[in-house]
Amino acid sequence: MLYIVYLIIYGFILTAGLGLIASWIDRKITARIQYRKGPPLLQPLIDIIKLLGKETLIPKGASKTMFILAPVIGFGSVVTVSTLLWANNNNLFSSFLGDIIVVLYLLAIPSLSIMIGGFASGNPLARVGSSREMKLLLGYELPFVLAILVPIIKSGFSLKLAEIIGFQAQNGAVAGYASGILALIVCIFCMQAKLGLVPFDIPEAETEIISGPMVEYSGTGLAIFRLMKNMLLFTLPFFLIVLFLGGLKFNGISILYSVLKYIVLLLIITVIRNTNPRLRIDQAMRFFWGPATVVAVVAVILAVLGK
Amino acid sequence: MKLTLKALLKSPWVFHLSTGSCNNCDIEILDCLTPRFDIERFGMLLAPSIKHADVLLVTGSCNRKSAIRLKRLYEQAPKPCLVVAIGECSLSRGMFIHSYNCPLPLDKIIPVDAYIPGCPPKPEAILAGALKLIQKIKGNL
Ligand code: SF4
Repeated sequence: MLYIVYLIIYGFILTAGLGLIASWIDRKITARIQYRKGPPLLQPLIDIIKLLGKETLIPKGASKTMFILAPVIGFGSVVTVSTLLWANNNNLFSSFLGDIIVVLYLLAIPSLSIMIGGFASGNPLARVGSSREMKLLLGYELPFVLAILVPIIKSGFSLKLAEIIGFQAQNGAVAGYASGILALIVCIFCMQAKLGLVPFDIPEAETEIISGPMVEYSGTGLAIFRLMKNMLLFTLPFFLIVLFLGGLKFNGISILYSVLKYIVLLLIITVIRNTNPRLRIDQAMRFFWGPATVVAVVAVILAVLGK
Repeated sequence: MKLTLKALLKSPWVFHLSTGSCNNCDIEILDCLTPRFDIERFGMLLAPSIKHADVLLVTGSCNRKSAIRLKRLYEQAPKPCLVVAIGECSLSRGMFIHSYNCPLPLDKIIPVDAYIPGCPPKPEAILAGALKLIQKIKGNL
């Protein structure tokens, strides 16, 4: 019973609220970089409320069940991940062994749900977008998993998020080591691809395949997908903070550091997104399987050597 | 007023359709996105797909080929969806009024909620028209 309360309060309400604010900050900074004024504070929330009130159209020839279920699957996995992360960060309940692996898998599900939705809609543009999403997923998962090995090795091969946080509380953040900072850089690039932002917004490339897998979604389905993406904008940086920067703490002055850690990561995401053109899918694959993987492997070797 | 409708007026995503304009009106619409005018401060975004759109911006004199597509597109838009006619061409067919290829003005094909005259209308006029449309809906309900 208590778990359900955590799921709703921490996993959904808190994460969604922070994610919507993060999305506003992202849009506002983008606008300021382009010398525009930018949207008002409540804009992301208003967008979602508006989409909930619109008609939901199901295209002819679509696989109906999958088309409706896909956003719910992705949304559910994001809520679960956020609950797990909050639980470990705030010591709500003692987590299980191997929860970091569960988090890794659950973080892949939003991309999968977008793919399923795209294929189910039956639109040719959506199919192109979905197949690109699949290639991108194959591309970034390898360096991402390699980079995440670094905090695991550092904390004495523990597969529990709580132990990784505990290790960092005593020995300083993982990003303080040479291996940690390399792994963090790789993870930031992978995070950009996971969020589907420029330069890795290849699946949704608005100028070529008009928003890709999303093209047939309207009304509630689109609202859930948007909310899912906004929540990911909080959850993914949060995951990296837990792994590399010692988690978020909310007592006394350290609340300032926590906010700062998150804002810096968000700022990096936004600045990368605003200063780069979109890559082609083959360039993105070459980047992830080439330099990114090499750097991640170097980071793992350094971590084993204790650097 | 219902909450969702209120939200709609605060975040109208526009979809831009040219039914055979001279492309000047389209350029003026894109001008509204530039830093000088910045329609994002009213919550407006350019929607990539008609399924995401709340407002359909139509430019150009609907010719025999595009009128069919226009109608199909309007039927595909999730309701509630508003239609704004931009430029003399879509209002009354402008200089193409005697053309064999432009049988009907826009508002005989689909219902139009706001008209923005001009050839082409200035971005300021387009913004003023959009705000008037929002006021009109608020007044009606
Ligand atoms: S109204 Fe004037 S500017 Fe606009 S499409 Fe027609 S001719 Fe071109």
